[in-house]
Amino acid sequence: MLRSEVLPSPTPMHIPDGFLSMGVLIVCWVLSIIAIGLALTRTRKSLGERQVPVMGVLAAFIFAAQMLNFTIAGGTSGHFLGAALAAILLGPWAAMLTMTTVVALQALLFQDGGLLALGANILNMAVIGPVVAYGFYRGVRTLLGNRKGSTLVAGFVAAWVSIVVAAVACAMELGFSGTSPIGIALPAMAGIHALIGIGEGLITVGALALVTATRPDLVEAERAPAPAGMRWVWGGLAIAIVLALFSPLASPYPDGLERVAENLGFIERAQEPFYEIIPDYVFPGISNEALATIAAGIVGTLIVYGIAVGLAALLRRRERAAA
Amino acid sequence: MHLHALDTYLPGESPVHRLDPRVKLVLTVLFILTAALMPDRAWLAYVLLEGLVLGAVLLSRVGLGVVQKRSALAMPFLLAALTVVFARPEDVGQGQALPLPGTPWAISEAGLWRFLSIAARSYLSVQAAVLLAATTPFPDLLWGMRALKVPRILVAVGGFLYRYLFVLADEARRMMQAREARSAVPQGHRGGGTVLWRARVTGAMAGTLFLRAYERSERIWNAMVARGYDGEVRVLSTPTLRPSDWGTGIVGGLLLVLLLVLVRTV
Repeated sequence: MLRSEVLPSPTPMHIPDGFLSMGVLIVCWVLSIIAIGLALTRTRKSLGERQVPVMGVLAAFIFAAQMLNFTIAGGTSGHFLGAALAAILLGPWAAMLTMTTVVALQALLFQDGGLLALGANILNMAVIGPVVAYGFYRGVRTLLGNRKGSTLVAGFVAAWVSIVVAAVACAMELGFSGTSPIGIALPAMAGIHALIGIGEGLITVGALALVTATRPDLVEAERAPAPAGMRWVWGGLAIAIVLALFSPLASPYPDGLERVAENLGFIERAQEPFYEIIPDYVFPGISNEALATIAAGIVGTLIVYGIAVGLAALLRRRERAAA
Repeated sequence: MHLHALDTYLPGESPVHRLDPRVKLVLTVLFILTAALMPDRAWLAYVLLEGLVLGAVLLSRVGLGVVQKRSALAMPFLLAALTVVFARPEDVGQGQALPLPGTPWAISEAGLWRFLSIAARSYLSVQAAVLLAATTPFPDLLWGMRALKVPRILVAVGGFLYRYLFVLADEARRMMQAREARSAVPQGHRGGGTVLWRARVTGAMAGTLFLRAYERSERIWNAMVARGYDGEVRVLSTPTLRPSDWGTGIVGGLLLVLLLVLVRTV
């Protein structure tokens, strides 16, 4: 099959038309358009007239790099999405525009993702993905300082977190639309992408290692002064936490998310709860249950961040011991 | 083999091919919007919409089979919606849910209808998008988007992406071929190293591809400046809308709106 050669469709993250409700579509489009507008003005300042050829060719790179795969086991293979690598090497704004054109072309040319759903797909893969990736990359790098390997650790964390957060956003959009009960969609999407994210992280690290060795200027160049860099760190963390905060609201049965905490990582177990979505659906009042779920979401986010920080501290200590 | 063959445009001579790209783009989006705004279980409306899109496919002479085959490829995502079919265990035995024999699961009638409605609307939309891509050369599509006020830079970046996609995809394919050629496995041995090692190799390939792309973009930029590029992308001709384009656009748009109003009010 010809199409599958260019488009391995590595993740079930491109939402087709027909799956999202009008409200979700409009919100996603508005958010995406705001982000793209900001990115357009920012890259015009930083790249000037160069932005068209540079971002155009690098968008083609992302597209082509998604063809690269490696065997994991038994016929399944890991693929590369590239949002994190783009954010690390180009900076978040240019990465947003690059990924936006990639996602748009996938929809227009190959029907990978719908045309109306494009707003949501851009939001997940071209806005949330790069912003979260860049935020976590800067955060971990700041924690590690300029030691050897800090770029690679940060790259892995950034790639993994950005994939999982984008998948969570996708699940929430489906949940809010009443297409897929969040109690099933969220753990399933997060679980699958927690695995896919490992492959993504490893490839991103390999690519970063090679670029650092041959063109260190591209990796080491601090694209933003420290305070602006910290803004991205908080921005990335904020998106992750906001998603955690809102996810229980997407479910008419808030206790679905409590199960997520138990089931995270056990995809087959995630099939257990069966909910029927209410067609005209109401937001649950903030009951104790909802509060508990929100707390669970925040705790989950913080655990991810904690692992990153812990990893950083461990490396730092080992280095000190070696010195 | 070069990847040019992957272009999804199918050249042809038909009223659909000749239709102005702006009109085609607007009608396609309008069609998908109409499908999205249809309520669940509006089966008659779904059939009418399917009739519209099939009529356009027949008119375009790209082949019913091709469109159906390409549309089916977009369907695996339906798995995500399949979950609405199942009922909560406590609903079982209350008339609305049908227990699946031998399992603790139950299917709810409302959920089943919802799933089928989502599938129908989704399939309708994909067919329209497939037809648009199959009958419109991508540069024309870009031009149409520009004419419809999509930001100039996004359109220009899209144009570059399309121009170099095939160059870089060829490059990626050559790299994978080279990896294959160097990955012989002696009989009776396990080949390929560990997963970590394989991932690192693939990562290095992605890094190499990135550097080649980046350096290529620098050369392209220099070549463009040498030819007088000042940030503005210019095109030679801008086609005007013919009366037939207007006619098709208006009739098609009215049909869709009428259908929507009828279904929504009746």
